Amino acid sequence: MNPVSDLIKNLADQHGRSRHNLLPILQGVVEQEKYLSEFSMTEIARELDLPAAEVYGTATFYSFLEHKKMGRYIIRICKTITCSMKGKNQVLLAIEDMLKINVGETTPDGTFSLLQTNCLGFCHKAPAMLINNEVFTDLTPEKVRDILSTYMKKKGASHDN
Amino acid sequence: MTTSYQLKRVDFIFKNENDWEDVLSKSISKPPQELINELISSELKGRGGAGFPTGLKWKLSSEAVDDTKYVICNADEGEPGTFKDREILSRVPFKVLTAMAVCGHVIGSKEGYIYLRGEYFFLQPELNKAISEFEYYCKEINLDFKIRIFMGSGAYICGEETALFESMEGKRGEPRNKPPYPSSYGYMGKPTVINNVETLAHTFTIFKYGAKRFYDLGVQYSRGSKLFSVSGDTPKPGIYELELGMSLADFVDEFGDGDTKAVQVGGASGFLVPRKRFNETAIGFQGKLTGISLPTGGSMMLFNSSRSMFNVIDNYLEFFREESCGQCTPCRVGCQQLLSGIKAVKRGEKNAQYLDKLMRLAETMQYTAKCGLGQSVANSFSSIVENFREEMIY
Amino acid sequence: MTKKIKISINGVSVEIEPGTTILDAALQAGVIIPTLCYHKDLCVAGNCRVCVIEVAGQKRLAVACATPCEEGMEILTNSLKVRNSRKHIIELLLSEHNADCTRCYKNGNCELQYLASEFKIMTQDFIQLAPLKKYTIDMFSPSIVKDDSKCIRCQRCVRTCVELQGVNALTVAHKGDHMKITTFFEKAMSDVVCTNCGQCINHCPTGALVEKNYIEEVWDAIADKTKHVIVQTAPAVRVGLGEELGFEPGTRVTGKMVAALKRLGFDAVMDTDFTADLTIMEEGTELLTRLKKVLVDHDPEVKLPMATSCSPGWIKYIEHMFPNYLDHLSTCKSPQQMFGALAKTYYAKARNLDPDKIVSVSIMPCTAKKFEAARPEMHDSGYRDVDYVLTTRELAIMIKQAGIDFMKLEDMHYDRLMGESTGAGVIFGATGGVMEAALRTAYELVTGREVPFENLNIAPVRGMEGVKEASIIIENPLKEWAFLEGVELKCAVAHGLVNAGKVMEAIRSGQASYHFIEFMACPGGCLGGGGQPIPTSPEIRRKRAEAIYAEDAGMPIRKSHQNPEIIKIYKDFLDHPNSEKSHHLLHTHYTSRERF
Repeated sequence: MNPVSDLIKNLADQHGRSRHNLLPILQGVVEQEKYLSEFSMTEIARELDLPAAEVYGTATFYSFLEHKKMGRYIIRICKTITCSMKGKNQVLLAIEDMLKINVGETTPDGTFSLLQTNCLGFCHKAPAMLINNEVFTDLTPEKVRDILSTYMKKKGASHDN
Repeated sequence: MTTSYQLKRVDFIFKNENDWEDVLSKSISKPPQELINELISSELKGRGGAGFPTGLKWKLSSEAVDDTKYVICNADEGEPGTFKDREILSRVPFKVLTAMAVCGHVIGSKEGYIYLRGEYFFLQPELNKAISEFEYYCKEINLDFKIRIFMGSGAYICGEETALFESMEGKRGEPRNKPPYPSSYGYMGKPTVINNVETLAHTFTIFKYGAKRFYDLGVQYSRGSKLFSVSGDTPKPGIYELELGMSLADFVDEFGDGDTKAVQVGGASGFLVPRKRFNETAIGFQGKLTGISLPTGGSMMLFNSSRSMFNVIDNYLEFFREESCGQCTPCRVGCQQLLSGIKAVKRGEKNAQYLDKLMRLAETMQYTAKCGLGQSVANSFSSIVENFREEMIY
Repeated sequence: MTKKIKISINGVSVEIEPGTTILDAALQAGVIIPTLCYHKDLCVAGNCRVCVIEVAGQKRLAVACATPCEEGMEILTNSLKVRNSRKHIIELLLSEHNADCTRCYKNGNCELQYLASEFKIMTQDFIQLAPLKKYTIDMFSPSIVKDDSKCIRCQRCVRTCVELQGVNALTVAHKGDHMKITTFFEKAMSDVVCTNCGQCINHCPTGALVEKNYIEEVWDAIADKTKHVIVQTAPAVRVGLGEELGFEPGTRVTGKMVAALKRLGFDAVMDTDFTADLTIMEEGTELLTRLKKVLVDHDPEVKLPMATSCSPGWIKYIEHMFPNYLDHLSTCKSPQQMFGALAKTYYAKARNLDPDKIVSVSIMPCTAKKFEAARPEMHDSGYRDVDYVLTTRELAIMIKQAGIDFMKLEDMHYDRLMGESTGAGVIFGATGGVMEAALRTAYELVTGREVPFENLNIAPVRGMEGVKEASIIIENPLKEWAFLEGVELKCAVAHGLVNAGKVMEAIRSGQASYHFIEFMACPGGCLGGGGQPIPTSPEIRRKRAEAIYAEDAGMPIRKSHQNPEIIKIYKDFLDHPNSEKSHHLLHTHYTSRERF
């Protein structure tokens, strides 16, 4: 059986199969797969006996439930005012330069995806970003290059996040 | 006259929580009515921004007749410039958990949820540990109350209480029509108390020290203290607990960098106050104080004279254009119009009078949007255009 | 009785039932409040905000559709604040809408256009957002065209698809400025669970959802002298068409419609009612055969309850949602497709025509019929059985284009051979009609007596209740049906796919023990079909139903098996019901489809 189907079955066993369990299941798939494919959403619909369109409509409402293929590490850099004031653009340029991708893109090897996001709640330590679920604050171009280098070294490791 | 509006630091919220077991067992030994009265006499109002009296909220839900009721802690802290709730949950989680359980005792609920924004995923392990410890103690004292974390997934609008319920029910986070209100028809259609993290932490203070200690802080209509998230052009960004009712001038004296041009109070959905109004502006909930008074979720963003107010409003409007749930016309299309409008004026494609048309549109958005957030998205626009019109044009 | 509450609307005080919304209270007081996302068939959304009103003492405006009245409320529906706000909201909607009205299919029947005209939105103050967006037009479905540039996101279509139909092909996706009405993964409507029922079209206030029209194709065929163009009209068209042409809902325009079709230039105008009667003969026989096989032969291959198969929306629904139950469907084609197969065989032969030169057009209250006609298996005549399917609305457009003063037309009769019908054929247009027609004939075939209902009117299967049940105990059957003695024939009728779904769930869970079920995709049956005039409402559908039953009551023959043309076709062409020939031409099979 497809590993994603297994994952979805396990998540449904764990959370339940009612409508109000939908979000945790979507989150569980994204946690593992980084995004929700058409296949994943169909399987979730089947498992929860929900219309597939409803699953799609719900998932696309939430910024963190990506439905396009994402890299293993999703970088979300905060674009809200304070981060912008504190040099977010320079940090973003440093990332784009280092990874050779633009916002909205994924590196060809599928390691990093670069996104902008709305307020992360670290305005006092701006600029801030998330890599998957880990927060990095008080960013500077130098600092972000160091962080990314660490992640690049982690690349081969089986356990990330 | 000025003395009562001075800035006063307070230290309740983050003060030790080691006695939470004590506070919990004492509180639940009291009859619900007594606790409600205590809350009502404290005049605590919701710290999320809307400022609904907390005691009344609990009272209404306690009066609703239903076997199943819910207590929900709103930790979907998404308002730009706000970061206090995360700090509370990571530093004094037991205060919040205790308050939720006491609320459960008051309204007759056995189930509590913390709706935690997706951006704060990393808080989950520690918070879950606290919850286990908490539930262990509840079992010890025979209190039947369970708390679970429900994760958000990146949607500002889910901070609106009915949108939050929809989200928890596995749907798109779209605000509902009101009435009915959460006190009778909340999560899963059941009576629900939904409080902001900070509000719950304050109830802990009130249950611990009594209403008077809290009431004695602040000024009329705006009692108690409040956490402020200070960011922007300030030498000391961070979280501060201050008495309500201070004047903005005092605030800027304390936190400004000496060149403060304006302060955005209450986040992107709040108001921008220009330097000339610092003296007459008090931070509180309602009623005329020395001048205008601003409701606030506690976000204070300072801007110095190097900042373009056009960039500020451009950033806010882009935020709202993306984060509007999109269901109601004034908010969905209004945000797009305000944003394209200011850009068009800046580029000279529309004349300066177009700003007046947009100001009237902002007013319509305030009158007609479906939810509280939709009604306030244009606040920042109105106050910025009103005070910095020339920056919008040139 | 509950105590009434007192409110005032624009200074006039009114007493109303508690719980009444401001919108309904205003209506009772004779005050009209404009609406857009509100629809009588659907739950209240309160999204568009067009119906905002002012409640004295409140700074914010309230929406009339979603706000219940409270004692002492002073409501203003036309204050300066209300007028300005409402105008703003309409302007906002227009700014996001591709307002190219002269090139829009719904030009003249668009609620947004109407509002813009009422509020005299003469200037374009706000920035036009529509050109900045990447709107798409989905033309892949043979039935429905979905043009996102016309969409105002009122969600009426989504609520229709979910609440009325339980299909969930449409959904709301994304948020903010990207929020849109779409399908699973934004696929074409033809690639998802859409049943083509067209109820979304009936409920769409603008031109975002319309039928795929074949008007020009039909004009071309009519103009082509080498073609023999025939047309059939479904039962429900005659009670709906008038609404598009100046008549009140519920007006029967059968004779005028026939006259108009002749003036349009069709070579023969015939009646789907004829094949409705034929359906009764075939389906009734199939039912009795199934009953015998189950009750007497205990044949495990034969399934009961048997479900009707006239409604192509229902067929696609069951194919998607309950593919394991396709054996329960009657193998009978719908009357439209029976007609199509016979047109290019029986009719061609009788009139000595080359079937290749026949263009077969049908006028249907339905958009799913367009899909049905295009199904690959519908070629049993050796040709495509039905070439073009037009909705009631498209016919009205053609009549207008041809400059026909419909009101002044003299009634005319259908052409012979396949133009005779009975009251039984007519009532196919209303929910319960197929059941009633089938019972009128089947009971009489089995017992030799008329159904034991006054004036043949089988009241329990009539009316607008979502699921209706009826049963008849068979007493003293004729000798060959002796095995039915004492059998209580249990029937059910469901209309609106959400109700169809409920009945199917009951069957799946074993709670239901019916023998025969009529399923219709649309609320009210075909008279409420997705191809019928817009607007629709429970009231309008009720009036159309009254017209259908009035038409039936006025017919000289009201039982399918007594239709002289039916008797003739069996004598001359088909031999007997369920004969080999009828199996070839009049019966079909179904396709299992994916639900997800």
